[in-house]
Amino acid sequence: MELWFEEHNTDDAYFALRVKKQLFSQKSDFQQIDIYDTYEFGLVLVMDGAIMLTEKDEFIYHEMIVHVAMAVHPDVKKVLLIGGGDGGALRELCLYPGIEQIDMVEIDPLVIDVSRKYLPKVASAFSDPRLNLIFADGLRYVRHLKGSYDLMIIDSTDPFGPGESLFTREFYGNCSKGLREGGILINQHESPYYKNDAQEAHSIFKKTNQIFSTAKVYQAHIPTYPSGHWLFGFMSDSLDPIADHDPARWERFNIKTRYYNSDLHKGAFLLPTYVRELLAEGRLIDE
Amino acid sequence: MNKKDAFDSKKLDQNKAPLLQALTEYRKMRMVSFDVPGHKQGRGNEELTHFLGKDCLSVDVNSMKMLDNLIHPTSVILEAEQLAADAFGADKCFFMVNGTTSAVQAMIMSTCLPGDKIIMPRNVHRSAVNALVLTRALPVYVNPSLDLELGIPLGMRVADVRQAIEENPDAKAVLLNNPTYYGVCPHIREIVQLAHEAGMRVLADEAHGTHFYFSDDLPVSAMEAGADMAAVSLHKTGGSLTQSSLLLLGPKMREEAGYVHQIINLTQTTSASYLLLSSLDITRRNLALRGKETYRRVIDYADYARCEINELEGYYAFGRERCDGDAFYAFDSCKLPVHTRAMGLSGFEVYDILRDDYNIQVEFGDMGNFLAILSVGDRPVAIERLIAALGDINTRFASLPEGMLVNEYIEPILAMAPTEAFYADYVRLPLEECKGRISTESIMCYPPGIPILAPGELVTDEVLSYIRQAKEHGSQMTGTEDPTVEQLCVVK
Repeated sequence: MELWFEEHNTDDAYFALRVKKQLFSQKSDFQQIDIYDTYEFGLVLVMDGAIMLTEKDEFIYHEMIVHVAMAVHPDVKKVLLIGGGDGGALRELCLYPGIEQIDMVEIDPLVIDVSRKYLPKVASAFSDPRLNLIFADGLRYVRHLKGSYDLMIIDSTDPFGPGESLFTREFYGNCSKGLREGGILINQHESPYYKNDAQEAHSIFKKTNQIFSTAKVYQAHIPTYPSGHWLFGFMSDSLDPIADHDPARWERFNIKTRYYNSDLHKGAFLLPTYVRELLAEGRLIDE
Repeated sequence: MNKKDAFDSKKLDQNKAPLLQALTEYRKMRMVSFDVPGHKQGRGNEELTHFLGKDCLSVDVNSMKMLDNLIHPTSVILEAEQLAADAFGADKCFFMVNGTTSAVQAMIMSTCLPGDKIIMPRNVHRSAVNALVLTRALPVYVNPSLDLELGIPLGMRVADVRQAIEENPDAKAVLLNNPTYYGVCPHIREIVQLAHEAGMRVLADEAHGTHFYFSDDLPVSAMEAGADMAAVSLHKTGGSLTQSSLLLLGPKMREEAGYVHQIINLTQTTSASYLLLSSLDITRRNLALRGKETYRRVIDYADYARCEINELEGYYAFGRERCDGDAFYAFDSCKLPVHTRAMGLSGFEVYDILRDDYNIQVEFGDMGNFLAILSVGDRPVAIERLIAALGDINTRFASLPEGMLVNEYIEPILAMAPTEAFYADYVRLPLEECKGRISTESIMCYPPGIPILAPGELVTDEVLSYIRQAKEHGSQMTGTEDPTVEQLCVVK
């Protein structure tokens, strides 16, 4: 007998992994959480049927959601991480000695428990003394903020579940109020390819572009995410990801990465024409 | 009898849903239809079936023996209506499929004959004003009294109702809102007592009061307070399909129930929709069985939102603290009215910004407030979004508080009976040229649909300046023959 996990990207296309064994399955107050041991990608964390990470390729997403901003902002001291309960983004942040405080707001405690138990290499930084873990609704948390963070990272699930409110105008607006001058907001920006994801990517860009004077999109290749082509957003009112990129300073941190590097930093912001059209005009690939 | 006793006094088995059961059986029979509707369980309209769903179309059927007939119910509809009467503590219930508008009209038309007087607050819904036109009845308007700080009309003061009754002992009824759009309830028990002592009926427009029947923590319902008739929009806060509604009768109306039914049948469709009827039956069962816990949750959401919104700058989400024992006798905690003028924005403006920039649709905005309605379908994430959006709007748009706009009660000057004015020969003139003329039509902001000017009323400077200001602040005006509401029809 063969056991396969399928993630449906659309009604007519899916991505499948052959499974050795299902290790965990439970519905939390917010979502269905599953862990599969797969032949090709090792352990896979799945939430509401969507792959969140795999042991094999998680480094790409987590490096890209953290290091780009860290190579632009000259002096990040206080970070807000919303979502990211698996611990991957936290692990990357903790590589920077200059960061003094990381407030992590996760709505679902079970994600952290599961990740710490099954994915210790991802969830490796939960005992870092700079971490301040808060179990709360992200939107509710940000509306109390006033100019206190240098960096905010929105490491959320898709906008079709408990992450819904983290893709709204009211969320970005309150985030902008919570950044210090010169602060940066990074979010996972969905995929430009399949229709539902692409429409969402356009909608995120439209909203953030109205709120921040700089809203730029960069990309990475993540094999286990729908279409493999994934976007991130870089938002700031004073820093530009290219003009203010300081590779020499970042190299001095001497952080060992496997996807991100200072050359790729610039290239990641060079988008295919169809993605530019999608972001600017909402035009889908088959229109 | 206190509220709790009334609550637990149901005599029938509320687990039953006779209409639901009959329609489910009908579906199983796979009946061959050579009757109307012509789509024949959806087969004749593929696009519509695809859009609404096969299950939905399969019960969009005509009245027939096993499904009873709303015109003359004798089996499952009658039984469903009896269960609803029981659930709402009424003596008799009619299912209504022409909206609560038709229920309000049935109350007035079965109470007033041509020339009869009816006492009502000026902030009634347009359906009541239209019913006056239909019956040739004459309104005796009572100043609904105002909260000057918030700029909202309240309920009627007991003393004002007493005075209206004393001055018009020949009036047939007192009509009241329980609650108003803003969630304000008058002292209904006291008004019922006054009216009954004077031999008048009490008719309650409970378009926004469905939930009062299913909670110990909300204002008293009209039936419990002893009102004679109540129009209840089950669809507004109860969860049934839009346009479905109930007309409830109290025990004093027992002898009149047949007459009321004849009045309803004057205007109600003879092809009552079973989608609407079944939604009434299913919703009644749901509320009877689970309404209490559901509305407890809704009240908690609304109270939480009030608390959080009041911590933001520039807003005042008002509630029970405004109760004054008279015109603001009780407050419906499921409503979330928010005063916005302290940050220099009108309620219309906040209403528009919420929709255009945040994809959040609230019920309506006026000069100084907007209203969010919470009901059976709400969830925490939506509440959080509303609060966060309001915070963001304040950050983006707040300016110095503007002076309060005209919110004084505009005493209507009834220069002609509404019916006479409505049917009179008329001319259409630009609004500004209408001063001193008698209007033949209504003008209102919609929602809430409360007329600023009604047929038979004199057009005054005050009315014109209110209309001008409401337009300037972005209110959607309706009611006139002229779709742009630049011109008004006045008596020739």
